[in-house]
Amino acid sequence: MTTWYIVMTLLLTSAAFYVSRRQAIFVAGTRLSDLHSLPIYHGLLASALALLSMLAVLAIGLPLANRYAEHSAVSKFSDASDPLQRSALMRDVQNVVTGQHSGEIAVETQAAAAAYSAAITLGERIVLGAGLLIGAAAAYFGFGRISVRFRARNAFEKIVSGVLLACAAIAALTTLGILFSVAGETYRFFFDPHITGKPGVFDFLFGTEWNPQAAMRADQGEISTAYGFVPLLVGTLLITVIAIMVAGPLGLFSAIYLAEYASPNVRGALKPLLEILAGIPTVVLGFFAALTVAPLIRGWGETFGLNVASESALAAGVVMGMMIIPFISSLSDDVINAVPQSLRDGSYALGATRAETIRQVILPAALPGIVAAFMLAISRAIGETMIVVMAAGLAANLTLNPLDAVTTITVQIKTILVGDQEFDSAKTLAAFALGFVLFFITLLLNYIALRIVNKYREQYD
Amino acid sequence: MTEIIQLRPGQPGRPTQAPVRADVKARLRARHRGNARYRAYGLSALVLASLFLIVLIADIVVKGAPAFVAHRLMLDVQLKADVIDPQGKRDRSTLLAADYMALAREALASAVPGVEGRVAKKQLNDLLSSGAADDLRDMVVANPKLIGSTPSVPLLLSDTADLYYKGDGTAVVQGPLARGIATPSGTSGEITILSSSNDFAGQLVDAKMALLARAAANRAEAQRIGKLKYEGAPERVAELEKSALELEQRGSAPAEEEVLDANLPSMLVALNGGLVKIAKFGNSSATGEVLVPLSSSEDAKPGSWRFITYTTAEAIRNVSDRSVAFLEKLKSAGKVDKAFNWRFFTAGDSREPELAGIRGAIVGSILTLLVTILTALPIGVLAAVYLEKFAPKNWFTDLIEININNLAAVPSIVFGLLGLAIFLNFFGMPRSAPLVGGLVLALLVLPTIIIATRAALKAVPPSIEEAALGVGASKQQAIFHHVLPLAMPGIMTGAIIGMAHALGETAPLLMIGMIAFIVDVPKGLTESATVLPVQIYLWSDLPEPAFQAKTAAAILVLLAVLFVMNGTAIWLRKKFERRW
Repeated sequence: MTTWYIVMTLLLTSAAFYVSRRQAIFVAGTRLSDLHSLPIYHGLLASALALLSMLAVLAIGLPLANRYAEHSAVSKFSDASDPLQRSALMRDVQNVVTGQHSGEIAVETQAAAAAYSAAITLGERIVLGAGLLIGAAAAYFGFGRISVRFRARNAFEKIVSGVLLACAAIAALTTLGILFSVAGETYRFFFDPHITGKPGVFDFLFGTEWNPQAAMRADQGEISTAYGFVPLLVGTLLITVIAIMVAGPLGLFSAIYLAEYASPNVRGALKPLLEILAGIPTVVLGFFAALTVAPLIRGWGETFGLNVASESALAAGVVMGMMIIPFISSLSDDVINAVPQSLRDGSYALGATRAETIRQVILPAALPGIVAAFMLAISRAIGETMIVVMAAGLAANLTLNPLDAVTTITVQIKTILVGDQEFDSAKTLAAFALGFVLFFITLLLNYIALRIVNKYREQYD
Repeated sequence: MTEIIQLRPGQPGRPTQAPVRADVKARLRARHRGNARYRAYGLSALVLASLFLIVLIADIVVKGAPAFVAHRLMLDVQLKADVIDPQGKRDRSTLLAADYMALAREALASAVPGVEGRVAKKQLNDLLSSGAADDLRDMVVANPKLIGSTPSVPLLLSDTADLYYKGDGTAVVQGPLARGIATPSGTSGEITILSSSNDFAGQLVDAKMALLARAAANRAEAQRIGKLKYEGAPERVAELEKSALELEQRGSAPAEEEVLDANLPSMLVALNGGLVKIAKFGNSSATGEVLVPLSSSEDAKPGSWRFITYTTAEAIRNVSDRSVAFLEKLKSAGKVDKAFNWRFFTAGDSREPELAGIRGAIVGSILTLLVTILTALPIGVLAAVYLEKFAPKNWFTDLIEININNLAAVPSIVFGLLGLAIFLNFFGMPRSAPLVGGLVLALLVLPTIIIATRAALKAVPPSIEEAALGVGASKQQAIFHHVLPLAMPGIMTGAIIGMAHALGETAPLLMIGMIAFIVDVPKGLTESATVLPVQIYLWSDLPEPAFQAKTAAAILVLLAVLFVMNGTAIWLRKKFERRW
C-alpha cells in the first residue's frame, strides 16, 4: 500500500511539474523573457505543493486508518476493556492477518482478523483517494497561479527554506525524542503507580544489589528483585579506569610523537594506522577480547597462581583501552598542533630541549584540550556496548578487583531489552532508567569537554 | 654554540677550561638523554598501538581463513530410480520429497565397507552433513536425467569432519613396521592380537611415559590450587595428589599390563587392512575393539602390520577414534576433496555450522544501509546547508548547533532505546526490520554527515558565492548551483565514512530486535532481517568450534568491505581535494 502511495505520489508530482512548466511557457508565448520566474520554477512550485500535501495526507491518514482498523477488530471481542489484554488480542489478530499464527484460531479472533483486514483495506483506499484528491488540488492551485508576473521562484524558495529548517530541526528533535522516550519511561519506572516491584529513587541510586527479575505469570508469586545501581556504576567505572590507564599514556605519547617528533613521512605512514584502529567495529574488538585476550589473561593469571574469572574486567578494559587510543591521540594531536609555534620558538630560543619544551611549555598550554580529549574518551568508554557485552560478565558483583567479572550499565540494558519483553514491567522500564543515567553522564561529560575546547580555541585564535 | 667550545684546551693565552664545564656537559648529556627518552616513549606507544592492530588482524585471519575452505567427499552415488521416483513420473514434488540422505549414506557405506553395529554405523553416517542431501536434491531436480546413473558427486562433510581435515583433531603417527607375526582372534568386535615377538613393548613404554607425564601435570595443578585459598581447594588438592600417586605407581611398573583410557593418546594396530583400537596390552599381546573391520583373521607377517598413535587423547578432542579411523581411510582412498566454500556466501544462517552463510546478513546490511543513506544524506546535507549558509544568528540556531555536537557523542545504545520507544512502540513499526534499523542508524550518522558537509561548505571560497550573487542569482541559486557542487567531494567523503560507521554498528540494532535467528534472505524493508555485525555477534556466542571460524570469516568480510569504503573515501579526498 505504502509502495503504491509513493508510486502515485511520484506520478502526480512529475505530472504537475511537466504540465505547469508547459503552461508557463504557453502563458509567456513568444516573449519568454517577460516571465518573472523561469518556467522550471513554475513546474517545481506546483510539484512541490503536490508532494508536500500528499506526504501530509499519508502521515496523518495512515495512523488514522490503523486506529480505525484496530477499533473495528477490538469491537468483535466481547471482553476487551483492559488495555493490556487489548494489546495481546491485537497481537493475535496481527499474527492471523500476516499468516504467522500457529495453532488453533479462536472464532472471535478469526472474525476480528476478517474485520481488521476489511477495515484496513477500506482505510488505505480512502487514504490513497484523499491523497490523490488533495495532491491534485494543491497542484491545480499552483497551476492556476501561473502568469507572467507570478513570482514562482520566490514562492518555491520559501518552501525550500522551510524544508532546510525542518532538516536542521530534526537534529534538535532527535535529542528531544531521546529525552521524551528515555526520560518518560524513567519517570514511569519511579512514579507510575501501576508498575509493581519498582524501587524508590533512593534505592535505585544507592542500592548495592542489582537483580532485575520479572514475574512472567501470576502464579510465580513474589520474586525478589533489587534495582540497586551502585554495582553497575562501579563495574562500568572499573572497566573505564582500566581502559584509560591503557589508552591514556599510549594515546598521549603517540600524539606527542606525531605532533613534535615525527617527520612528515613518518607521520603520513603512522597516522592512517591509528585511523584504521579507530574504524574497527566494536563487535570485532569484542570478539577479540572474549576469544583471545580473556583466555590469554586467564592463562597468565594461572601461571602466577591467581584466580582469574573467564570474563574478567581486565580483558574488557584492556581491549576497550585499545579502542579509545585513536580518540585520545587524534584529539590530543589536534590540540598540540593548535599551540602557537611562537611558544615553541621562544622555548627553543632559551635553550630548552624538545622534551623540556613539550613538558614545560606545550603540555601546560594544551592541558585544557587534553583534559577535554580524556573526558570525551571516558564518555565513549562508558557508553561502549559490544566489547563489554561480549567480554564482561552478567553478574552484578560489587568489586574493585580487575580479575573478577563485573557488569556494566550498557550490558544490563542490552540483557534486559533483547528478547521478548513486556513493556509495562519494572524490569523493562529499569533499562530505560539505566539509559537515562547513561545519557545524562555522557551528555554532561561531552558538554563540559566541548565548552573547554571552545574556550581554549578562543584563547589562541 | 659559542666560540669557547671550539677552542683547543691548553693553548697559551687562552682561558683554560673551568672545572664547572664537566658539570654542565654532564647535565647537557642528561637533558639530551631525557629528550631521547621522550622520543622513545612516543615511538613505542605508536609501535604498541600498531602492534595491537597487527595482532588483532593476524589473529582474526588465522582464525577465519579455514572457514573459506570446505572439505567434501567425492563419492560415486547411485541415484536409484526406485528410491527417488518409484512411479517414474519425474514431477518436481516427487523429486523434492525423495530421501536423498539414504542414497548419500549408501555411497558412504560402500566407500567404507564392512561397518557393523548401530553405534559404528551412526558414527559413519554422522560424517556427512545434512547439506549433502540438499546438494543431491538440487542436482537431481535440476537434471532429472541423472536418475539411474552413478555420477561422482561431492558430498558435504559435517563440521567436525571438516575441522578434522583442517587439523583440529589429532596428529596421526605411524609407528615402525612390526617384527613379529601377529595373530588376531577375529575380524570384528572385541579381539585379542598375539605377537610372536615383544612388539608391544615399545608402545607399552610410551604409554607408561604418558602416565608419568599426566601424574606430573596433576602434581603441578595440585601445587597451583594449593596456593589459592578458596573453598574446597584442600579437597581438590588431596584428590589430585592421590590420582598422581596412582598414576606414578602404574607408570613405574615396567612390565605390567596397561589399560588405556580416553585421557591417554589412543594406540591402534593396523593389520590385514583393518584397524584395532587397543584397550589393554602387555609386552606381546593386546586386546581391543575393531574400528575398521579386518579382511581376515589370518596371521599377519612381520613387516606387514604396524602401530598407529592418535597423539591427542580422545577425551579432549571433538572427534572419536572411530571417526578418525573412517576419515583417515577415506583420505588414503583419495575420496576427500577440498574446495572454496561458496556456500558461505550463498547461504543464509543455519544451526549447522557447515551450512551457515552470510548472504542473509549481507542483504540485510545492504537494505538497512540503503534506508540510512536515503534518509541521512539528504537530511544531513540540507541541515548543514541551512546551518552554514541560511541560519540567522539566534538562540534556536545555537540550540541546534549544541545539539548536533552533543549527538555526535551520545552512546549508540541510547539511539537503540530511542528506536525502541519511538519507532517500535509509538509508531508501531515492525520489529527486526531493515526499515527501522536504517532509520535508527540514520539518526546515528546524521551528526557525522552534517559536520563533514559544513566543513566542505566552509572550504569553498566565498568568492564563488559572491560572483554568482553578483550576476543576479538568488542566494539559493548561488548555493545550490555553485557552492554545493564544489563541496560535493568533501560531502561524499563524509557520507562514506558515516556509512562505514553505520555498517559496523551493532548495539542499537540489538535494541530494535534485529537479533532473531533468521534463515531466509530478507526480501523487503519490513521483513525480519539481520545485519553482518549482528550475525557476527550471534555466531560468536555459539558453542560449536566451527562457528568460531565462521565468526572470524564474517569479520574478515566486514573488515574488507569497511576497508574498501574507507579507501574510497580517502581516494575521493585525494583526487578531488582542491586548494583555492
